[in-house]
Amino acid sequence: MLTASRKRSGVLPGFGLTLGFTLLYLSLLVLIPLAGLPIRSTSMGWEAFWQTVSDPRVTSSYRLTMTTSFLAACINGLFGLIVAWVLVRYRFPGRRFVDAAIDLPFALPTAVAGITLTTLYAPNGWLGRPLAKLGIPVVFTPSGITIALIFIGSPFVIRTLQPVIQDLDVELEEAATSLGAGRWQVIRRVILPYLFPAWLTGVALAFARAIGEYGSVVFIAGNMPMRTEITPLLIVTKLEQYDYAGATAVALVLLVMSFALLLMINLLQGWTERRIAH
Amino acid sequence: MTTTAAPGVSATRGHVIIPSKVRRLTEPSIVRFVLTGMALAFLMLFLAVPLTAVFVEALSRGLAAYVAAMAEPFTIAALRLTLITTAIAVPANLVFGLCAAWVIGKFQFRGRHVLTTLIDLPFAVSPVIAGLVFVLLFGRQGFFGPWLAEHGVRIIFAVPGIVLATVFVSLPFIAREVIPVMEASGAQEEEAARVLGAGGLQTFFRVTLPNIKWGVLYGVILCSARAIGEFGAVSVVSGHIRGLTNTLPLHVEILYNEYQFQAAFAVASILTCLALVTLVAKTIAERRLHT
Amino acid sequence: MNTRPVALLLLMVGALAGCGGAPEDGRPAELLNVSYDPTREFYQEFNAAFATFWREKSGQEVSTRQSHGGAGAQARAVIDGLEGDVVTLALAYDIDAIASTGLIDAGWQKRLPHNSAPYTSTIVFLVRKGNPKGIKDWGDLLKADVAVITPNPKTSGGARWNYLAAWGYALHQPNGNEPRAREFVTKLLAKVPVLDSGARGSTNTFVQRGIGDVLLAWENEAYLAIDETNDAVEIVVPSVSILAEPPVTVVDEVVDKKGTRAVAEAYLQYLYSPEGQELVVKHHYRPRNAQVAAKYASSFADVELFTIDGVFGGWQTAQKTHFADGGIFDQIYKPTSGTR
Repeated sequence: MLTASRKRSGVLPGFGLTLGFTLLYLSLLVLIPLAGLPIRSTSMGWEAFWQTVSDPRVTSSYRLTMTTSFLAACINGLFGLIVAWVLVRYRFPGRRFVDAAIDLPFALPTAVAGITLTTLYAPNGWLGRPLAKLGIPVVFTPSGITIALIFIGSPFVIRTLQPVIQDLDVELEEAATSLGAGRWQVIRRVILPYLFPAWLTGVALAFARAIGEYGSVVFIAGNMPMRTEITPLLIVTKLEQYDYAGATAVALVLLVMSFALLLMINLLQGWTERRIAH
Repeated sequence: MTTTAAPGVSATRGHVIIPSKVRRLTEPSIVRFVLTGMALAFLMLFLAVPLTAVFVEALSRGLAAYVAAMAEPFTIAALRLTLITTAIAVPANLVFGLCAAWVIGKFQFRGRHVLTTLIDLPFAVSPVIAGLVFVLLFGRQGFFGPWLAEHGVRIIFAVPGIVLATVFVSLPFIAREVIPVMEASGAQEEEAARVLGAGGLQTFFRVTLPNIKWGVLYGVILCSARAIGEFGAVSVVSGHIRGLTNTLPLHVEILYNEYQFQAAFAVASILTCLALVTLVAKTIAERRLHT
Repeated sequence: MNTRPVALLLLMVGALAGCGGAPEDGRPAELLNVSYDPTREFYQEFNAAFATFWREKSGQEVSTRQSHGGAGAQARAVIDGLEGDVVTLALAYDIDAIASTGLIDAGWQKRLPHNSAPYTSTIVFLVRKGNPKGIKDWGDLLKADVAVITPNPKTSGGARWNYLAAWGYALHQPNGNEPRAREFVTKLLAKVPVLDSGARGSTNTFVQRGIGDVLLAWENEAYLAIDETNDAVEIVVPSVSILAEPPVTVVDEVVDKKGTRAVAEAYLQYLYSPEGQELVVKHHYRPRNAQVAAKYASSFADVELFTIDGVFGGWQTAQKTHFADGGIFDQIYKPTSGTR
C-alpha cells in the first residue's frame, strides 16, 4: 500500500528504512496496544458491551465530559481569540513576556495544575472564598471541572491563531477600508471569516485535549457518580472494581470519540493551510 | 516578531509585519484598551495566580521546611526516576520523530496523510487509556502476562512500564514539530549533496540537520515537558511503590494525600521551575527557528 | 538513518526490567507491603521497628517498601502483577479478590489469629470544632442543615465500612428492619455533597477544603486529622458502630517466587507482638493483644460494636447485596442524582 512515487526526490536515500522504522515504532508503541481495546471488548459480547456503555452512570459521564469540555473550549475560543489578537496586533509593555508564558499550562504537569486549582478555588482558597460568599461553589462541581479544562486547553486556541493573524493580509483590510467599510464591518466581513478555520481548529484541539484530561480534573472534580464523574475517571473507577471488561468498553467509546475529533482536526488543518496558501 | 505554533499543531509559515502599517488599520483606542485588559485579566486569572499560589504554598512554612521537603529521600528518588524516564523517552521519540519527518517531509507516497494522523493519535487519546492498554498487554492477566511472569520480566509496576507509558503520551511532539520544517526546507540541497557524492548519513548530518536543528530542539523541549509532567498514564501503570516507581508528579499526589500540603507544593514547585526553564528554552528556540 | 541508538535503548529498557532473584541467607531482604490509604504513617514507623527486630533476630537486613492507595486500586494492582510480598488492606473482600486469581491460598483468613486482622478500628464522626451542628449520634446526621462527607463505597474500603455502620445502626434501633435501614441510608446518602474515591480524599475534602459538617471516618484517621489540624476538628463517637477488621496476609505466589516467605511471615507475626501492638495503639488503631488493650483502655471511647459477620453474614454476602453493580447502593444512590 505504501509505495513512494518519489516525485520530489528521486535520489534521496532511506525511504524504505525510515518508513519501516516509523511504522514499526508506531505499531509497537501505539497501534498494537490500542488494538488491544477493541479485541478485549469483543470478548464480552455485544449485549454486555452495549449494557456497559449505555448504563445511566456511564452516559451521564459522557454528558458531563462533553458539556464541560465544550464549555471550556468555547470560553477558550472567545478569550483565545482576544488574547491572540492583542498579542499580535497591539504593543504594550511586557508583551513578549506574556507571549512566552502562554504555554505554561502545557509545560506544567497536570497534577500540579490539579492541586493548585483545587487549593485556589476551595471555599477557603484565595479565589474560592469570595466566590463562596456569593454563593457560587466551584470545587467539586462541574464549574470546577470546567475551570481545570480551561486552564489546560488555553494554549491551543491562542497558538493556532497567532500565526494566522500574523499572516493576515493587511492590504485586504486596507482595500476594505478604502471601499468605505467601517472597522467593525472589516472585522466581521473580512477578518473573522478569514480566521475562522484556524479558530475552529484551535477550539477542536482544546476540546480534544479536554475530553481525555485526567490529572488536573481528578483533584477538583469530587468524583460524584452521575454528577461530577468524568469518563476517564470512570475508567479508573471501573478498574478499581476489577471490572476490566467494563473499563475497556468505556475506554473504547472514548477512544472512538477522540479519533473522530482527530480526523476532524486534520481536515480542518488542511482547510486552514489552503486558506493561507492561496 | 515570531511565529508560534500550538503544541501538537504544525507551525504555519509566517512573515514579519511592520507595526506602523498595522496602526493605520486598528480599532479605536478604547476598544484596544478594553481588549488588552480582557486578555491580561484572563491570563492573570489562569496563569499568574496559579503560578504564584504554587510558590506561596510551597514556602508557607518557611524556607527550612521547603528545603527539608526537597532533601527528602523519596523526593530525590522520584526526581531521579522522572529524569531517567525522560532521558529514555525523549531520545527514543527523537529518533522516531526524525525518521517520521524524513519520510513524510521528503517523500510523497500514498497513505502519507493517514500516517500523519496516526502519529497524532497519542495526543488525542486520554492518558488513562494509554495506561490501560499497557495493563491489558503486560498485566498478569494481560495478553503477554503469563509469558512475562514465567520469564521473570516485569514491565507493569516497574520502570519499563512507566517508560512505555511516557513514550506513548510524548510520541507525537518531536515528529509534529520537525515535519513542517523538513517539508519547508525542500529536497534540493540533499539531492545536490547526493549528486556530488555524499553518503546518506553524511547528507543528513551535514545538510539536513543544520536546516532543521531549531525545529528539532523545539520538538525536544515540548516532548520533555510532556514526559516530565505525565500523570494519568503513569498513575495507572506505576504501582505507587515509594522510592521505586514513583515519579515526581505521582509523588506530589502522595504528599498531598498525606496531609503534607506544604511538601506537596514544594515538590510541585520543582516541577513548576522545570516548566519555566522549558518555557525560556522554548522561547529561545522559537526565535532562532524563525529568524 | 542509523538505528543503533534504538537497539541500545531497547537494551537499556531490558536491563532496567530486572529480575527478582531469590535473596540468599544473609543478603538484605526487600519486602513490598501493598496497603490502603490510612495506614501510611503506621507502617512507616512499624517498618523501621521491624527492621531492627529482624536484624537482631536473624542478622538479616530487611527494608520494606510501601505502596498506598484506595483498597480496590491496590488489590487490582496486585492482581495485575504488582509484586507485593504482603497485602494489608481495608477489608477481607479485597484480599478475597486477589485470592480468587490464585495468588493467595483460599484459606488465608485462618492463617493468623483474629481472622488475620492484627488491629481493628471503628467508624466515628469528625465534626468542626465546638460541634456547631450538635451532632451526637447517627440520627443527627439527617438534620436538615447537615452535609455529610464519606468516600464512594464502590471504590473505597473505608466507605463500605461507613455505609454498613450506618445500616447496622438503623437495624439496631427499636423496630429496626431492612426497609427502615434502607430508608435511613438512602436519606444519609442524599446528604453527601462530595463522594471521593478514597478515604484520604474525603478527609482532605473535609479538613483541608472545609466542605461538609461531619466526616464519617476511621477512628485512627480521625485522630490523625485532629493532630494535623491542631484541633480545628473534634471526634464524636456514636452510640453504636461497626467493628472494622482490616486483614493482612502474605501473597503466596510472590513470596515463594522471591524466596521471602520467612521474613514476610515474621513481618505479619510482628504486628501481633507487644511491640507491634504498642505501635498500633500509637497510631490510634485498636489493639488485639489483651494486655496492651487493657493498658490503653482509656485511650479508646467505649462504643457498642457489631461485626460484619454477625449482622451482614460476612463480606462476600455484604458485597453482593450492597455494593455489586445493580446492588442496593446503586439502587438507592441513583434517585438522588441530578439534584444539587
